[in-house]
Amino acid sequence: MERTGHHPQLAEHFNRDEPRVNWHDETLWFIRSKRDKIANTIPEWEELREIASQLKNNVLSNLSEYLIAFEKNATRNGVNVHWAADAKEHNEIVHSILQKHGVTKMVKSKSMLTEECHMNEYLEAHGVEVIDSDLGESIVQLAKEPPSHIVLPCIHWKKEEIGELFQKHLGTPAGNADPQFLTNAARLHLREKFLTRKVALTGVNFAIAETGEFVVCTNEGNADMGVHLADVHIASMGIEKIIPQRKHLGVFLRLLARSATGQPVTAYSSHFKKPRIGQEMHIVIVDNGRSRQLGRKEFRNSLKCIRCAACFNTCPVYRRSGGHSYHTAIAGPIGSILAPNLDMKQYADLPFASTLCGSCSNVCPVKIDIHDQLYKWRQVLVKEGYVPAAKKVAMKGMNNILSKPSLYRTAGKTGRWFLNHLPFFVKNKFNPWYKQREMPEAPKQSFGEWYRKRKV
Amino acid sequence: MSSREKILSTIKNNQPEFAEVPEIKKFAPFFNDACEKFVEVFKSVGGKPFVVKTQEEIILLIHEHFPDAKRIVSSCKEISSIADDYTITDDPHSFENVDLFVIESKLAVAENGAVWINDNDIMIRALPFIAAHLAVIIHKQNIAATMHDAYNKIADMEYGFATFISGPSKTADIEQALVLGAHGPKTMTAFILND
Amino acid sequence: MRAGLFIPCYIDQFYPQVAIATLQLLEKLGVEVVYPTNQTCCGQPMANSGFEYLAKGCNELFIKNFAEFEYIVCPSGSCTLHIKDHLHDEKNEHAAKDIRNKIYELTEFLTDILKVEKINASFPHKVGMHQSCHGQRGLKLSQMSELVAAPFSKPLQLLKMVNGMELIGLSRADECCGFGGTFCVSEEAVSVKMGKDRIADHIAHGAEFIVGADMSCLMHLEGILKRQRSNVKVKHIAEILNGE
Repeated sequence: MERTGHHPQLAEHFNRDEPRVNWHDETLWFIRSKRDKIANTIPEWEELREIASQLKNNVLSNLSEYLIAFEKNATRNGVNVHWAADAKEHNEIVHSILQKHGVTKMVKSKSMLTEECHMNEYLEAHGVEVIDSDLGESIVQLAKEPPSHIVLPCIHWKKEEIGELFQKHLGTPAGNADPQFLTNAARLHLREKFLTRKVALTGVNFAIAETGEFVVCTNEGNADMGVHLADVHIASMGIEKIIPQRKHLGVFLRLLARSATGQPVTAYSSHFKKPRIGQEMHIVIVDNGRSRQLGRKEFRNSLKCIRCAACFNTCPVYRRSGGHSYHTAIAGPIGSILAPNLDMKQYADLPFASTLCGSCSNVCPVKIDIHDQLYKWRQVLVKEGYVPAAKKVAMKGMNNILSKPSLYRTAGKTGRWFLNHLPFFVKNKFNPWYKQREMPEAPKQSFGEWYRKRKV
Repeated sequence: MSSREKILSTIKNNQPEFAEVPEIKKFAPFFNDACEKFVEVFKSVGGKPFVVKTQEEIILLIHEHFPDAKRIVSSCKEISSIADDYTITDDPHSFENVDLFVIESKLAVAENGAVWINDNDIMIRALPFIAAHLAVIIHKQNIAATMHDAYNKIADMEYGFATFISGPSKTADIEQALVLGAHGPKTMTAFILND
Repeated sequence: MRAGLFIPCYIDQFYPQVAIATLQLLEKLGVEVVYPTNQTCCGQPMANSGFEYLAKGCNELFIKNFAEFEYIVCPSGSCTLHIKDHLHDEKNEHAAKDIRNKIYELTEFLTDILKVEKINASFPHKVGMHQSCHGQRGLKLSQMSELVAAPFSKPLQLLKMVNGMELIGLSRADECCGFGGTFCVSEEAVSVKMGKDRIADHIAHGAEFIVGADMSCLMHLEGILKRQRSNVKVKHIAEILNGE
């Protein structure tokens, strides 16, 4: 069952099982370490990040032209191009393609965009069965949960729990939690789906304006297995997936898997240009708020994201709060700067779910200033009124004291004001500072007092 | 106004001032020998590399490593004596029981152990994915150092479908434990012809 | 050389010994130090909570207090970074910009401006260095583990001049401690867990003291250490560098 609430409550709940938090943290730190190790084998790593960042700057600055070129070239390649203004339209387009072919069963490889659009729920409500074929996604799908990580969807699941899940749904023997065994069970289960489904949907990692082709990266080969055996291939892509030319893949494919999992490249980097003979290929280009984000000067850089999740793996908060505490399809630091664009009210908590430590910006392969954007979102959310009124009163009071030296001195002397406002110093169970931490001891005199006496 | 027009006009209004496409400068490879590096990286991604001198060696190695293979499929002339040929009109589903698919790749990449395969050569796109095992023949001189070098070679290539494959199909979705053979081939072998 | 001493509010109120050590250390190194007594706070607690627009009064006061100095020195990377990144004044932007350019965190002031090569201090203990994020990633006081770049560390460069000190290594050289300003109370559970994990790393490597250049992180870690009844103590780097 999904819990509801905001990040602090959901994270607090996650933290009730400390050994599990340790396990989650260590598992993700291991991936961060693999990323460091492989990045350090590439002397030009930082230069590559800079080039990738500039390429994405170019893409954002010329996006309408690139999209038009992509559409023209893809159409010439025999691909049907659709445009979806929002999630609803995307889901309707996919459904209409399925209806046209009279198909009610579809296989799907990982696509965070379809998660964002809640496509599975939509199609299921319309009588379409969607099978997620990425192993991690199929696990969370069996558990009726959303993915908790965009690259490692079931990173929050222990193998014993997956063993039980498979026992229930796939009939594997009780007590078998061997990853090799469980993976093979999923392979056999899904192979039958690949062989019988007429429609396969994939995401898109990169779409090349110049050629009209697109690239899908997987390790399992599930996107290819689905697509090459299906009569219809639907690919869903956000408008920001465009890159100018094929040769630019050299830059992005060098960065993507190294940043994501510490691999030199994903096992498969498949380039889809034309449908195979007898096959039908569709591309759904989705906006869903992205063009609005493009107009937000301070936040448009978030659209440079290539969904590697390096910022998840390095984030000390993500590792200790779990993906579901972000209550949005794309969790982690990048999700916290994307989500408020979709709904400021619903996601007002997310930019505050960070210490602004800045590690995310340092690992980002396209150099998105993630932690600066978190800070900037806080300012916007406060100004737009999405932060509790009591907080505003407290902050105004604090500012009043801090901007008037005489009030500050009196407040400091009596000690009371600081103990109440700084904001941690009341020794009772309602004070979140004191719950698991001791108070600093108040000294006899402040430095200011000491200094004035010293001068005399 | 259609969604297309709406989206494009919003983007046009909102996109920032034009920024140039950056140059990709030529990076010197961070290793000396491309073949050696390919062998090293290909192993690290779960592949099995063999440097060979003749096509007879390849056939011997296939017999040695795939003794139980009932159905070997390939259009490579090097191994036509032990493999079944196929045509572009075959149903991809009919390859479900292929034990080993062998293909020649004309481009491999040292830095990440990837080989380039396109549908001009393989005809049936599903084959490198549906076969239980995959083997690739590469001429040593066709190993490029980096992905930049590789894309310089294929920048204008015509194809309907193409892919870089680096090792067998794999997953680490269960507790980060690496498992080979997720949905595609369980092993990938590279025969590097040093002739 | 004349420098204005900027002491963050929580140091003024709770850790005066850190401010005293900073003052004495700078004076020992020949700096004429002035502490403008009307100073209060840089405004970061408000700004990081999203109320930057309220910090106008704090900003004006800061400019009034510090505009006159050649250098401004502060024993906190976080407060220094806040001034560097966010001090603005519509009516006096020139002065604000001037201050943004001449404010220094203590250790960078010692290594880059004073070019200190010798410190007459001794601290015969096992010490773990906590790299506070704003100083490290914001002010670039130390190289960051995420980057493919040559290592350096201004605080460590100084600590290595201290007699008798043994610097321990850590499993995670520069992970955040979880203080994060108001994060420490608004996200109490994660904040404390992050702090506990940092402490465990230091203790596992034998630290007797956790030393840092930001008292706010240390206050958070100290609170957890005391609750754990640990013998491990926190110390601000100024206290060590000023020690005989």
